[in-house]
Amino acid sequence: MKHLKHFACSFLNCVKNIFLAIRKHFKGILSGIYVGLIGLFLYAPILVLIVLSFNKGRSRVKWEGFSFKWYEALFSNSQIGDALVTTIVLALASAGIAVLIGVPGAIGMHALGKKKFKVMMGLTNIPLLNADIVTGIALMLWFVHFIPLGFGSVLIAHITFNIPYVILSVMPRLQQMNVSVYEATRDLGAGPVYAFFKIVLPDLMPGIVSGFFMAFTMSMDDFVITFFTKGPGVNTLSTMIYGQLKKGIKPEMYALSTLIFLVVSAVLLVVNGISDRKKTPKAEQIERI
Amino acid sequence: MNENEVRTNKRPFLSGPYFIWIIAFTVLPLIVIFRYALFDGNGHFTLSNIAAIFSSSINRKALWFSLEIALGCTAFCILLSYPLVMALKHLGLSKRGFSLFIIILPMWMNFILRILAWQMILSNNGILNLLLTTLGFEPVRIANTPTAIMIGSVYDYLPYMILPIYTSIMEINEDLIEAAKDLGANSFTVFCKIILPLSLPGLLSGIVMVFVPSMTSFVISDILGGGKLQLIGNIIEQEFMISNNWHVGSGLSVALMILVLLSMAFTRKRTADGKESLVW
Repeated sequence: MKHLKHFACSFLNCVKNIFLAIRKHFKGILSGIYVGLIGLFLYAPILVLIVLSFNKGRSRVKWEGFSFKWYEALFSNSQIGDALVTTIVLALASAGIAVLIGVPGAIGMHALGKKKFKVMMGLTNIPLLNADIVTGIALMLWFVHFIPLGFGSVLIAHITFNIPYVILSVMPRLQQMNVSVYEATRDLGAGPVYAFFKIVLPDLMPGIVSGFFMAFTMSMDDFVITFFTKGPGVNTLSTMIYGQLKKGIKPEMYALSTLIFLVVSAVLLVVNGISDRKKTPKAEQIERI
Repeated sequence: MNENEVRTNKRPFLSGPYFIWIIAFTVLPLIVIFRYALFDGNGHFTLSNIAAIFSSSINRKALWFSLEIALGCTAFCILLSYPLVMALKHLGLSKRGFSLFIIILPMWMNFILRILAWQMILSNNGILNLLLTTLGFEPVRIANTPTAIMIGSVYDYLPYMILPIYTSIMEINEDLIEAAKDLGANSFTVFCKIILPLSLPGLLSGIVMVFVPSMTSFVISDILGGGKLQLIGNIIEQEFMISNNWHVGSGLSVALMILVLLSMAFTRKRTADGKESLVW
């Protein structure tokens, strides 16, 4: 009897403690649930696509057993391979050229007077503010006058909407740059080119890198502008998928997007890990100060 | 810009190639689209192409529907983003890149496929209804309705709202929040008086990045609207791809551009100094 009472007491205590803990961590629990729900919302379609890529049948609604057959089909489908290559080459080339034009562009703009700078900034914002469909159509109407629509026209279009991302990520770096270091280098006898590569470029590098990746992502993700500026025969993954919508998507596409997703998450995880490790000693230093 | 900088960086010519690029591929195409919009097939000046956005009842309906979707989508994105960023902050996940990683990652799967996956989830005998009936609820009929387009739009553009708000909230000096709490403010007051005002620049760039594309997209409505619900983007796309009427299509595009720029005018004030990034 005594035991039982003791047990009941400790049980009640336990419940009380749990209740207190819940009340104390109520905000935390609620936060956790909310983050989980948003995560579910963001990842539900991705999960569906991954599951479908392993589905034996062609059906989009019925599960007919596990199979790797769409992955095998993927590697023998040269059309999808071509579209993948086009997409990646396009993204790399357009982001690269956007950096080559955008970085000197930002430096030159930085040297302009206030009024001219404002005008250039306004022009830079046009492709960002304009709807994709308007940008795409305007470029298409312009291209048909003097160049055939094909890979070249898509490349020009992608460079055009990519440059602003490079400029906008380099410009803040440029404005925060310590000019004295550059001046000191020049005073000590360095030529402008040497000083640029030794002082200015390393300073701008984080901005250039993030601009490049932003441009690369935007190019990979674009559908609308590519759709209007491409000619027959040229396909990126987006336009290819859009073309298949009416007839039904080839399941190989699910397999391919699953592979891309896995590769990208692996790469991002590694990059994240590296940058986290880099940050920690610095953060500790700051905390010590 | 101080005098030092002016003296050191005297190489405005470096922006030459970029300037030429802007003229060639941003300004001239806009002039061309205006020319198509303002003239008819016989070369006569006309405003009817631009006015077509209001004069035809189909276009008016599509424009109104686009505005509804864009406003609703922007509002939902804001309402979902703030609690998310606050929750991430509360959980202490904010300092690590991991939460950003989770938000950005879905953008790497082709968006048409992701929207297609939503079609499978939301369709009448789709995954959502399967779940609902298994749990004993009534199935819902949202396939091919405005609700489906709204869900798809919110899904697609939510990261573009989360990221700038996240960045601007994480930049807020923690001491300000501590000071407010010390002076007796509760979490609600802290949010209204400190976090919300200080995150306004992020909110504004989020609005620009969600409102414009959600108003003008035509893929989401194509897939989730069942081909019957049309946004203004669908109308423009059909003018070019099906009816081959470039003049009317350009007129509608120009009208859309003007409407978008007008509705975005209020966010320009913030960036009027020109030195602020509009994106993130």
